[in-house]
Amino acid sequence: MSTKASRFSARLMLAPAVILLLAWMLVPLTMTLIFSFQRFLPMRGGFQGWVGFENYIRFVNSSAFWPAVQTTIIIVGGVLLITVILGILLAILLDQPIWGQGIVRIMVIAPFFVMPTVTGLVWKNMFMDPNNGLLGYLWRFFGGDPVVWLSDVPVLSIILIVSWQWLPFATLILLTAIQSLDSDQLEAAEMDGAGPLSRFWHIILPHLSRAITIVILIQTIFLLAIFAKIFVTTQGSFGTRTLTYLIYQRVLESQNVGLGSAGGIYAVILANIFALFLMRIVGKNLDR
Amino acid sequence: MGEIVLEQVTKSFGDVTVIPPLDLTIEDGEFTVFVGPSGCGKSTLLRLIAGLEDVSSGAIRIDGRESSTIPPARRGLAMVFQSYALYPHMTVRKNIAFPLRMSKMSKAEQDKRVEQAASVLNLTDYLDRRPGQLSGGQRQRVAIGRAIVREPAAFLFDEPLSNLDAALRVGMRLEISELHNRLKTTMIYVTHDQVEAMTMADKIVVLRSGHIEQVGSPLELYRNPRNLFVAGFIGSPKMNLIEGAEAAKHNARTIGIRPEHIAVSAEEGTWSGLVGVAEHLGSDTFFHVHDTGLAETITVRADGEVSFKHGDRVYLTPRTEFMHRFDEQGLRLP
Repeated sequence: MSTKASRFSARLMLAPAVILLLAWMLVPLTMTLIFSFQRFLPMRGGFQGWVGFENYIRFVNSSAFWPAVQTTIIIVGGVLLITVILGILLAILLDQPIWGQGIVRIMVIAPFFVMPTVTGLVWKNMFMDPNNGLLGYLWRFFGGDPVVWLSDVPVLSIILIVSWQWLPFATLILLTAIQSLDSDQLEAAEMDGAGPLSRFWHIILPHLSRAITIVILIQTIFLLAIFAKIFVTTQGSFGTRTLTYLIYQRVLESQNVGLGSAGGIYAVILANIFALFLMRIVGKNLDR
Repeated sequence: MGEIVLEQVTKSFGDVTVIPPLDLTIEDGEFTVFVGPSGCGKSTLLRLIAGLEDVSSGAIRIDGRESSTIPPARRGLAMVFQSYALYPHMTVRKNIAFPLRMSKMSKAEQDKRVEQAASVLNLTDYLDRRPGQLSGGQRQRVAIGRAIVREPAAFLFDEPLSNLDAALRVGMRLEISELHNRLKTTMIYVTHDQVEAMTMADKIVVLRSGHIEQVGSPLELYRNPRNLFVAGFIGSPKMNLIEGAEAAKHNARTIGIRPEHIAVSAEEGTWSGLVGVAEHLGSDTFFHVHDTGLAETITVRADGEVSFKHGDRVYLTPRTEFMHRFDEQGLRLP
């Protein structure tokens, strides 16, 4: 790629892909942006004029906005906490040589391949249903009253369902990170008098820090957009209405495209702030 | 204090025996080098002493205390790894202080020892850097620093210089020897490089497939190799080993004569041959001579000023007083 001609032909050949990707991304974003400045009610008269920032102000001032933000943060934070901590423990466990290692690893990764809607329905009907769910049987077996998961502890239920799906992802990334640790370092630490816990704290955990930031970064971006699992379980009731779900309700249930689009732009900004913030941490970790 | 005694130590991985029963005594304060070709079990032996591998049977006594079941940290040994095994997320200071921190030493004492080690190893200016920002030689010194702060009974070195370039290797070799002279602590050093073994060791242990072939001082091994393997392994360039009729003249199966114990002349000598490759090192010149009537190509060391060329006819005279004779089993004849 040194001559002018080869650089030019390289650009020419890359162009279709770049243009397609840009259009793919920019067209919906631009449309959302345009809608957000309109009063647009598809079932009640369609386009009714430009309203400037009114949609933005109304979206934030709605009584549902701040609770939705709070719910989003609790769910994302809860899932991150569970997946990272359990992910590290599982990764260490799976790193040990055991019989049938290959099969065990595939089984652990399996939940990630289940579609979100199916995950939500399976958990709702087969685990968390107070009458027929496995957890209900378990509670009754020990003489307890079955918990009505989705209405008694709805946010916790959602966190558990989402964590179940994302735990394999965290485990997989952390497992590969653990496998890349130079065994000499652990042996040196052992000779230096570090016990198993010290070795974990002083050697393994710092080694994993980069992988942990990557897990947090990628998961946060995806978790901010979880929708299907809420849709098929609680439908956003009992305080499980996240920002994404609120936007869905504004657009489809209230048929207010303008207001929903304004919410969408807020979500884009929020996700970018997170991404920027996390990228900097990753960047810092990569420098070392 | 650091006397290490191995008694009937064996090690096998599954069905494969890496170390057959082996006895060895390493005196306190001695610089012992384990040397042998790769796969001879020298690193395994070191790891057994360190406690990173369990012995299959036998006893390891460190200062008279049976240690083969004691965890590595409590054996009082420090090890320097081939890969240095520094902790990449810690500064040099923290790397060196790590073993002290693990033994819950007071902060002031830690600092004192780290400063002391750093000044011995010329690392004072680098204490706040991370290993990633150091050169190979500096990393090596940090690894040594981490070993000396613990004031161990013995140091174990596992091919510590093999990742360095040639010039640096010579420098570090001197530094490690000087360190030994200063600390007077037992050191066990594993290498496949016989030059390192010859230059550094008080005692060399030559290993082949887990067996000890010979133990002795560098010059003992050089002068009186016990068998063909040691004869061929110690000394650079290798000893010329000659079989057949020429050996039979000396009542031996094989005779050995080192390149430096053969005189070269243009006029007369015992063997005559043609110069193949001539390697001019400046101080010395090595001639590889063939067509001597012997099956083997003979390597000869001559003064740097001697200048035969490729294809020249030369005459070689071995100095018989330095000739080594070996029997059918490859053992040295008196």
